[in-house]
Amino acid sequence: MIDPARGIDTQRTVYIADRTIAGLGTAPDGFRADREIHVPGQIVCPGLIDLCARLREPGHEYKATIASETFAASRGGITTLCSPPDTSPAIDTPAVAELLKERAELVGKATVLPIGALTQGLKGTELSEMSALKEAGCTAVSNALAPVANILVLRRAMEYAASHDLLLIIRPEDPWLRDNGVAHEGAVATLLGLPGVPQTAETVAVAQALELIEQTGVRAHFSQLSSARAVDMIALAQENDIPVTADVSAHQLHLTEQSLMGFDPLYHLIPPLRTQHDRERLRRGLLDETITAVCSDHQPHEEGAKLDAFSSTEPGISSLETLLPLTLRLVQGGDLSLPQAIARLTSGPARILNLTSGTLTPGSPADLCIFDPEQAWIVNSDTWCSRGLNTPFWGQMMKGRVTHTVLAGKIVFEASPTENAE
Amino acid sequence: MTVHRNDLQLDAEGRLRHFLSIDGLSKTLLTSIMDTAESFTGVAERNVKKVPLLRGKTIANLFFENSTRTQTTFELAAKRLSADVLSINIATSATSKGESLLDTIRNLEAMHVDMFVVRHAASGASHFIARNAAPHVSVINAGDGRHSHPTQAMLDMFTIRRNKGDFGDLKVAIVGDILHSRVARSQIHALNILGAREVRVVAPRTLLPTKVEQLGVSAFHNLDQGLRDVDVVIMLRLQKERMRGALLPSEHEYFNCFGLTEDRLRHAKPDVIVMHPGPINRGVEIDSRVVDGPHSVILQQVSYGIAIRMAVMSMAIHSEAKAAGGGAG
Repeated sequence: MIDPARGIDTQRTVYIADRTIAGLGTAPDGFRADREIHVPGQIVCPGLIDLCARLREPGHEYKATIASETFAASRGGITTLCSPPDTSPAIDTPAVAELLKERAELVGKATVLPIGALTQGLKGTELSEMSALKEAGCTAVSNALAPVANILVLRRAMEYAASHDLLLIIRPEDPWLRDNGVAHEGAVATLLGLPGVPQTAETVAVAQALELIEQTGVRAHFSQLSSARAVDMIALAQENDIPVTADVSAHQLHLTEQSLMGFDPLYHLIPPLRTQHDRERLRRGLLDETITAVCSDHQPHEEGAKLDAFSSTEPGISSLETLLPLTLRLVQGGDLSLPQAIARLTSGPARILNLTSGTLTPGSPADLCIFDPEQAWIVNSDTWCSRGLNTPFWGQMMKGRVTHTVLAGKIVFEASPTENAE
Repeated sequence: MTVHRNDLQLDAEGRLRHFLSIDGLSKTLLTSIMDTAESFTGVAERNVKKVPLLRGKTIANLFFENSTRTQTTFELAAKRLSADVLSINIATSATSKGESLLDTIRNLEAMHVDMFVVRHAASGASHFIARNAAPHVSVINAGDGRHSHPTQAMLDMFTIRRNKGDFGDLKVAIVGDILHSRVARSQIHALNILGAREVRVVAPRTLLPTKVEQLGVSAFHNLDQGLRDVDVVIMLRLQKERMRGALLPSEHEYFNCFGLTEDRLRHAKPDVIVMHPGPINRGVEIDSRVVDGPHSVILQQVSYGIAIRMAVMSMAIHSEAKAAGGGAG
């Protein structure tokens, strides 16, 4: 059992009662188990917390639904998911936030945390009713992929979010510098003739935001970093005690611009895949704790969204079910220790969001992920649960397989014995 | 990585199956395209301007973007090979009615088309079609976004070879909007594969792509320096949209800095040839006196375009026919 929040990495029994962790190692007084799970050779850790997963509901049910994607999450050991506000309608009213939470509760596969819209309709001009959104359960606000109209709106939004002690999540991208770009502006985009997204589209946005974060004192989180320079800038800000955190998506830790050779739309991502140098810095950022969370940046699509020329396709990967094995690849490659890797999926994101989950401390929610770190499996339709089949890892071998996922004391996913025997 | 694209373009024996980009092809293959074209140049001078090579084959010209010259020369090339030709201007047809690119292809496949000649505004469009087309269909890229225009590059190479012979001693300058030019990218690959001594690109930095040197060129921002001692000058068309995107201040200033005039041409070798893929903006990127002057081979390019397109179409269809006959798939 590994609980990175408290630095525990040992063999111990986890006791669960009344939806919470009741005890570790020694049974609480009068404890009598309804069910025992013996998992020799496997890892028991807190349920994974994903800071960015699009569930496509409400509004884009032709791509996926809360039911389909929370099921896929449980398959991947994820017990808490943050939904960005760019649903349709956007999460800019309490009604939409509550709808997401209620539908997820009804399905009962994972906890969904709605991220509130920073501006009304994500239009970037007028502030959303952040206090009401907080009441309705939004722990953070964001303008998702949509730009704010100008830097003054961003400043006001930061001040207002800070007044309500809301975390501001920023996916840093300057829309002018991004322009119509679809690939990292570099050697590969030049060769393929694809419009480029310069690194400065990210770093200029980070620099602007950092100045305003320092001025306004808002708690801010940079989401889905893609460039080495942005990691350096955030590391420096953290040294200067500016309250910022950061995450990276799992696929950015493995893929680079080289994957675009051949124009496969499955590699069409925003932010784009950048260079090997960027990828190495993102990995080191996880090690030196500039980046404390790995997210899936899950974006399930219908088949047609990827059936066109590269730049005409919709960006994004369906990635809930590969989040854990792709993060474990860093352990297999020697970049992180196993407890470090698990921390970036549990205690790291929990701390960013101020959640009580993400740990196995007695009294905290009994959200658990149990996985076999050695079990290999192939990404294919036999076990894939997400409605979105848009993964470039299709047909590839992954190492590390979830066998049980527990949400508030209830087993929400259990691998079939035949699958275990594979 | 380039191997992946090779696989798409070549059959198991290394013959042309689709013609999508110059990058990744061998010198031998490029030379054999030019040799085949050489054998077709005589056809146009005959009384009956036809050879029966593609009799019974159906070729569809799919132009998602308008282009009078490229479309006409492809059509003429197909007809001289005795193929049946469908020319479909899709810029005003199916896809504007909401039909997807793939649906359009599927419909034409159902009409038993053997080859698609594709012009599209998105880079990689013909790769997409080649990957999704039925196995017996060949795809010829007639220009995709900023990526590639391989038949244009080959007719340019053919024009250079006919005028200059060997590539080994040649210095070539490509002048103008390299950033948005599929023609330039394909020419750069072709010149490097054929062993040109030096390939230069000449443009202000706003019209050069990032890391352009990695394509195998040296970059110049001054026309006089870029033209010094070159054997071949290739001028590119300047689109008027470039002024709106803050890439250039005005046509006037562009002509003053990068427009090719007789005076400037004196920096090049005395026997320099001047090329332009067309359509020409006289007085914007090139002075009329140069277009019509003794160094210009611009009209040769147009007529060689037919021979090159005949060569590429006959090679691709025949590789496919042999592969199908041999039971390979």
